[in-house]
Amino acid sequence: MPSYVIPDKCDGCKALDKTACQYICPNDLMVLNKDTMKAFNRSPEMCWECYNCVKICPVQAVEVRGYADFCPMGAMVTPLRSTDSIMWTVKFRNGMLKRFKFPIRTTPEGKAVPDGGYKTGTDDLKSPVLFTEPESTGMSELPPAK
Amino acid sequence: MAKFETVEVNTDVLIVGGGMAACGSAVEAAYWAKKNNLKVTLVDKAAVDRSGAVAMGLSAINQYVGVKDGQNTIQDYIEYVRNDLMGITREDLVANIARHVDSTVHLFEKWGLPIWKDAEGNYVHEGRWQLMINGESYKVIVAEAAKNALGMDNIYERVFITEPLIEDGKCVGAVGFSTRENKFYVFKAKATVVAMGGAVHVFKPRSSGEGLGRSWYPPFNSGASAYFTIRGGAEMTCQEVRFIPVRFKDAYGPVGAWFLLFKSRATNGLGENYMQTRRDELEKWKPYGLVKPVPANLRNWLMMLDVMEGKGPIYMRTEEAIDAIVKDVPDEKERKKKLKEVESEAWEDFLDMTISQAILWAATNTAPEEKPSEIAACEPYFIGSHSGASGAWVSGPEDLAPKEYFWGYANMCTVPGMFAAGDGSGASSHKFSSGSHAEGRIAAKSAVAYAVDNPGAPKVDTGKVEELKKRILKPLDLFEQHKAASSDPDINPNYVKPKMFMFRLQKIMDEYAGGVSTQFTTNKQLLEKGMELIAFLKEDAENLAAEDLHELMRCWENIHRMWQAEAHVRTIMFREETRWPGYYFRADCPSMKDDWKVFANCKWDPKTDKWEMMKREILPLK
Repeated sequence: MPSYVIPDKCDGCKALDKTACQYICPNDLMVLNKDTMKAFNRSPEMCWECYNCVKICPVQAVEVRGYADFCPMGAMVTPLRSTDSIMWTVKFRNGMLKRFKFPIRTTPEGKAVPDGGYKTGTDDLKSPVLFTEPESTGMSELPPAK
Repeated sequence: MAKFETVEVNTDVLIVGGGMAACGSAVEAAYWAKKNNLKVTLVDKAAVDRSGAVAMGLSAINQYVGVKDGQNTIQDYIEYVRNDLMGITREDLVANIARHVDSTVHLFEKWGLPIWKDAEGNYVHEGRWQLMINGESYKVIVAEAAKNALGMDNIYERVFITEPLIEDGKCVGAVGFSTRENKFYVFKAKATVVAMGGAVHVFKPRSSGEGLGRSWYPPFNSGASAYFTIRGGAEMTCQEVRFIPVRFKDAYGPVGAWFLLFKSRATNGLGENYMQTRRDELEKWKPYGLVKPVPANLRNWLMMLDVMEGKGPIYMRTEEAIDAIVKDVPDEKERKKKLKEVESEAWEDFLDMTISQAILWAATNTAPEEKPSEIAACEPYFIGSHSGASGAWVSGPEDLAPKEYFWGYANMCTVPGMFAAGDGSGASSHKFSSGSHAEGRIAAKSAVAYAVDNPGAPKVDTGKVEELKKRILKPLDLFEQHKAASSDPDINPNYVKPKMFMFRLQKIMDEYAGGVSTQFTTNKQLLEKGMELIAFLKEDAENLAAEDLHELMRCWENIHRMWQAEAHVRTIMFREETRWPGYYFRADCPSMKDDWKVFANCKWDPKTDKWEMMKREILPLK
């Protein structure tokens, strides 16, 4: 269905001005039902299964069930994302479990410095040299095109 | 008219979009704008952290030239792109991106993107130009640098830009609406960078139930760049060069790692390798058919020939590939370790960028080391950054472009003040995520230069803005006006809802313009019939209705798609040959012709509402 919300777990992100899933969904699909204070996916057939709502939910209330028009039932893929890595649990239809852990970044969250520490090599607004170049190319000048 | 507050934002450089190209624009523009006392504003339909084609993550960076280590030259890259696109490419644009892309990748690494390294500390290549990454947070990291450069005060999220602001033939900003509150936005700018991605759901997807959203490229990239540039009166290029990727069937998991890193083969239902059995077919498409690697569209084509002859299913032979990797490891313990390593790499490839494929493997009890998996050609997409080429016709850089391709500022459209990058600019394929970011940087620096050279405040006719506001909000009004005529809000003789409107467009494109169900084949008569039906659709676009802000967004997304569709059909009709048989096949002119070794460009005139088609010469670097 793509992503769906487990009512028992969803608290409607009541401490926030909008729900986390609503904030992040790139396709504007997650909404909060103000009466029940539970989020839901308003248009599952437009869901990309990008898992951003799953990854961001502070109470693990969002899961994904594979598209019912081509995917057999019974599998589940669940991420647990921290600040530097992500752990995936893959449950097969036949019950087999696999677990994978991958790094996601090498720097502290929020600390990406736009120039990456590279010096600016030109003041000329009309030059093709960009603001971190040529140092960021690893060469003394822009690579020749011919 | 629906009650919407009008919010006016005055800026110098406006970046429209939030994906890779837009984020590249943001970091570059912020630096040059600060130096020149200018303001930069970015506006995104979604949240920048997870918007655009890299929203889910990626498992590889597909463009890294490796110039500093002497791996390749810029000329090598130009040759690769030219051949893959069957000779139709702007070498100046490709070269410009290629000479900056390594620099951008090095920045990604500094920002915190984990790029795989070998024992000697060198990048691990998936293929000649591709690097393997742990890319779950690729977009988050790139967005972070953009946000840190601009500051959140200069970023508007959840504002959907629907129309350019044009005065005296120049672009002076953009208008749109918030998808969260009743606000209409007017951004006035000296220069505008268009980076709103390509287009999906123009053609009918293979899965039309719940899996409708499982397109290979994201369903939220709905043709906003093409619409914005066309409606501004910009000349467009390569509108016929759609892209059809081959992917794992249904869930559309990537095949790059399997073909390139794991050296897998694909075979048909009879176990034949179509790349060998159909080798003679490549002769017909020479010189491009004879180069290595075989162009993407020709690889598609050989596979499609097998499918049309009833030789499916087509399988990626994952079990063979894994066996070949591990079988030569003599020690059993080491062999098991190697198998585990390859297995983990294979799963990460999906989990980083197409999680649905991991679900599908798990749901079908698929262990790649045990059994092969089906692959298939997806539905067509518009994505100038991959092996497609559609986008705006932009100026090249002064030092590389021949004079016919240079009009003052790199990456400026033929409309002054309007710049394009990523999927927004055409004829510069194979830029992918990294090259799109680099191109965004190029366009941004150039846009700042334009704003410095043209310091006058943009003139905007307030009457025109009011007209635009009325037109953009009309679907809400239409719904209110007519809702009482039916007890079902979706079925009403006075209007059409965006979802059915989209299905109508997809059906036309599928059946007349060479979609999946017609095996990507069309001809002049079919295209003419398609144009007739698009004309009705265009009239009915005036009767789109929306119940809320979300539906209003859907209405405009589909209007954007419709314009992309029209530009596509007109250009396929104009080009009287078949040049990319694995993207579309003109059955009435089934071969490649020398006199069509040109760009097929088009332009819509906002004043006369007429389309003009034109050929443009293919020229080498200056």
